[in-house]
Amino acid sequence: MSQKSRKGGLAGWRGRAPAFAALGDATRLSLVVTLASGEPRSIAELTTGSRMTRQAITKHLRVLERVGMVRSERAGRESRFAFDPRPVEEMRAYLEMVSAEWDAALGRLKAFVEK
Amino acid sequence: MTDRIEKQIELKAPVAQVWRALTDYREFGEWFRVKLDGPFVAGEVSRGHITYPGYEHLRWEAMVERMEPERLFSFQWHPYAVDPKVDYSKEPRTLVEFRLEKTPTGTLLRVTESGFEKIPAGRRPEAFRMNDQGWTEQVKNIERYVAEKP
Repeated sequence: MSQKSRKGGLAGWRGRAPAFAALGDATRLSLVVTLASGEPRSIAELTTGSRMTRQAITKHLRVLERVGMVRSERAGRESRFAFDPRPVEEMRAYLEMVSAEWDAALGRLKAFVEK
Repeated sequence: MTDRIEKQIELKAPVAQVWRALTDYREFGEWFRVKLDGPFVAGEVSRGHITYPGYEHLRWEAMVERMEPERLFSFQWHPYAVDPKVDYSKEPRTLVEFRLEKTPTGTLLRVTESGFEKIPAGRRPEAFRMNDQGWTEQVKNIERYVAEKP
């Protein structure tokens, strides 16, 4: 594992932990799925077909908004919520980096035990 | 979304030797590039520092969880907890597990690092595995996961 990327990973982990945590909830996950696969939606649209109240949906949307996965846009009298893929892409990039470091470490282990 | 990293590697060395390379703190330090203060003990914190030139000020710390001889070695850590000014204790920790299995030619080692997100146990979806197919595929995985949810 290169020490350079180890260092770079510091900021990565600290910055991304809230984004990882934000998806640790089934409701938020399903909101992300809905928004990621379609048009921006209003709270009313997102509440329809859900067993949750408008207030509960709003609360979950705010959590996603705080980590940047969802943006709200004003459309007339109501807000519409849209998906922003960037935090998810960053998380993916972060995990790819951790993954590459494991490959390097295991390569060193292999050399160590097979020498 | 991904919550774990999984690796496996075939090592042409007996299980006992691989176990030693993983759990003897000096041998571990050689390939992991860390100098540990003392032996790994299950249930205890392992401390040390990075040995890479120029980075010796960086500390290593891990909570050793399980040591089942020649089968399983695991610890929890804060990945990249390298800033001495930061208190990492409230940040999410990941779990690293090394599993060993005897093969005709040596040892199969599986490594997992999990806990990158806090999905409740039992709901942690297989579909969230790391893959390289990009966001579109990830969305499909999420959809599948949500659809299969009871």
